Amino acid sequence: MTALGKLFRTTTFKLTLVYLTVFALFAAFLLGYFALNTRRLITEQITDTVNAEITGLSEQYRQGGIRRLVVVVDARARRPGSSLYIVTTFAGEALAGNVTALEPGILDNPGWTETVYRRLDEAEGPEHPEHQALVRVFQLPGGFRLLVGRDLDERERLYHIILGAGRWSIAIVIVLGLAGGLFVTRRVLRRVDAMTETTRTIMAGDLGERLPVAGTGDELDRLAENLNIMLERIEALMRGLKEVSDNIAHDLKTPLTRLRNRSEQALRTANSEAEYRAAIEATIEESDSLIATFNALLMIARAESGQARDDMSEFDAAEIAHDICELYEPLAEEKGIALMVEADTAAPVKGNRELVSQALANLVDNAIKYAEPHDKLVNGVAPEIVIRALNEGDRILLTVADRGPGIPESDRSRVIERFVRLEQSRSKPGSGLGLSLASAVARLHGGELTLEDNHPGLKTVIALPREGPVQMRDGAARQKESRR
Amino acid sequence: MPTYADIPGQRAFRRMADAQPDRVTMRLLVIEDDRAAADYLVKAFSEVGHIADAAYDGEDGLAMALEGQYDVLIVDRMLPKRDGLSLIGTLRAKGIETPALILSALGQVDDRVKGLRAGGDDYLPKPYSFSELLARVEVLARRRGGRNEETVLRVGDLELDRLSHQVRRGEEEITLQPREFRLLEYLMKHVGQVVTRTMLLENVWDYHFDPQTNVIDVHISRLRSKIDKGFSQPLLHTVRGAGYMIRDGAR
Repeated sequence: MTALGKLFRTTTFKLTLVYLTVFALFAAFLLGYFALNTRRLITEQITDTVNAEITGLSEQYRQGGIRRLVVVVDARARRPGSSLYIVTTFAGEALAGNVTALEPGILDNPGWTETVYRRLDEAEGPEHPEHQALVRVFQLPGGFRLLVGRDLDERERLYHIILGAGRWSIAIVIVLGLAGGLFVTRRVLRRVDAMTETTRTIMAGDLGERLPVAGTGDELDRLAENLNIMLERIEALMRGLKEVSDNIAHDLKTPLTRLRNRSEQALRTANSEAEYRAAIEATIEESDSLIATFNALLMIARAESGQARDDMSEFDAAEIAHDICELYEPLAEEKGIALMVEADTAAPVKGNRELVSQALANLVDNAIKYAEPHDKLVNGVAPEIVIRALNEGDRILLTVADRGPGIPESDRSRVIERFVRLEQSRSKPGSGLGLSLASAVARLHGGELTLEDNHPGLKTVIALPREGPVQMRDGAARQKESRR
Repeated sequence: MPTYADIPGQRAFRRMADAQPDRVTMRLLVIEDDRAAADYLVKAFSEVGHIADAAYDGEDGLAMALEGQYDVLIVDRMLPKRDGLSLIGTLRAKGIETPALILSALGQVDDRVKGLRAGGDDYLPKPYSFSELLARVEVLARRRGGRNEETVLRVGDLELDRLSHQVRRGEEEITLQPREFRLLEYLMKHVGQVVTRTMLLENVWDYHFDPQTNVIDVHISRLRSKIDKGFSQPLLHTVRGAGYMIRDGAR
């Protein structure tokens, strides 16, 4: 596509053309209307004057006969100006007047005619062309004829001046409009070209590149800003993806190697059917935990990619807190832990109910898993886990507070990363993905996961944006108080 | 008795088979393009006493499902020639209501919803354990018989009234928490059938994720202590490697 072709194809240029056409048509109509009306007005004036003159002259004729008429017409005809007169006999012989070279037969038809003529005082020849005139022929009693008329030059000149002015102004409008359109289009086009250029670089693999923003705050700038935000997000996702694949490679290969080694060893050393069987059962167990890890990874990836945004709906986080408590309460009780809920009457959240439930379940699961056994209790603090779902300003806080060993402050941000398990927890079952998933779910909903000190113990908090009007903080607190 | 040592987990579903002496033979159609997986399923189903056919692509599968009298269809989602969802959709459009279980490697919540909306009756993400698949297929086959409308469920001397929410064993009234009631109700609805932990989690709690620790076991043992403790004849049985089953042992 040529540069000019590209220019003509832009939306801005097409818009310019449309506006230009509409405007030019409107101007042409306006000027044409004006010109025609002016012409009509002048014609009317001429007719009125001619009629008045004929009335006057025929009065002269009635009072003084043909002699007097001839004298008056002769006097008037000599005056310079645009008035035309002829008085003829019945035979057509001119008695007085200032007109010649009329079209033949004009004098035979009484009434209005437009005709060409030449004034008597003008010599015949190319330097004195024939003029246009509007004339009226009047039959006087007694066979004489009277012709009175007006030259039309003035009318035609005015008409043409207006038309000319119209043509010029339309031409100027079109030229200026086109030039302006081209100028604006080229400016826009240059910016779009710059964006296209950047996009190509990005497509070529340089995700760090950003679209240029002119700083004018116009629609192109807004578009560029939004696209940049999108690029930011894509870059983050790509980074996440790379991280995931690195982690998958690292952390799935370890158990896979273990699985393979065990099978190999069984093949080499097992003698009895019972031994084979034990080896196969161990293999299945190992692959089951691999599958669980893999599922958790997929779930995290899905939450982080934002796919789960499709099935978001409004639900009550307090209800989820009660449900999860109900689900884990027997397990906690079996380990001698009191599992409790403190929830506001309503904690509306918009999101994926299943994912939020799973995130909370992971936190409760962790809390139960890492709870200190009875005999290790320090200061006689009873092992209890409290699940909270509370309103705080424009957020809903889903909290799980335990009395377990806690996590040192320096390790807190690290444990949220995938597969990170602190030394003391290596012996416990689990994939090391529970907190990562909770964190990914929180971020999917525009919230965050934080770890805090519970003095003693650990407090994990999923903060989610509250759905609907903000509730008064003290109102919520009072409700909480009354339920304790 | 033949042994199939090459089928892993064989002992678990052998146990399932033994736990259900009144099992009826089902006719199953496995539609799965991975021949190894399909043949494994056919073999495993016949091992526990069912008759299974295999189809390796969507068109064959549709043709066989249309003419054969099957109790349950096991349909892979991604098939050559015609995908699993469209196959089920076509069957349903022709008025064939054979229960269908969808197998899928995708396994996410929305994917599952799509599968069920397309006319599938159950959904199992890959990779699955055979005992889980078997339990679900048997529940699907039985669903046709329908125990859903009964208002009072009875297993041995255990009686659950779905309207008044009362549970009694013999003369003794048993008080259950609402969730325990739903748990028992689900088990009794599927009397004589193995019910897996995931099935319980899905149907009683409406969760489709896998809690890391086996919380269901603790709920079951609580329920068991309420309905079986102090009675000579236990009704709630654990099927190792598979799940749970409520059954009248006296029969």
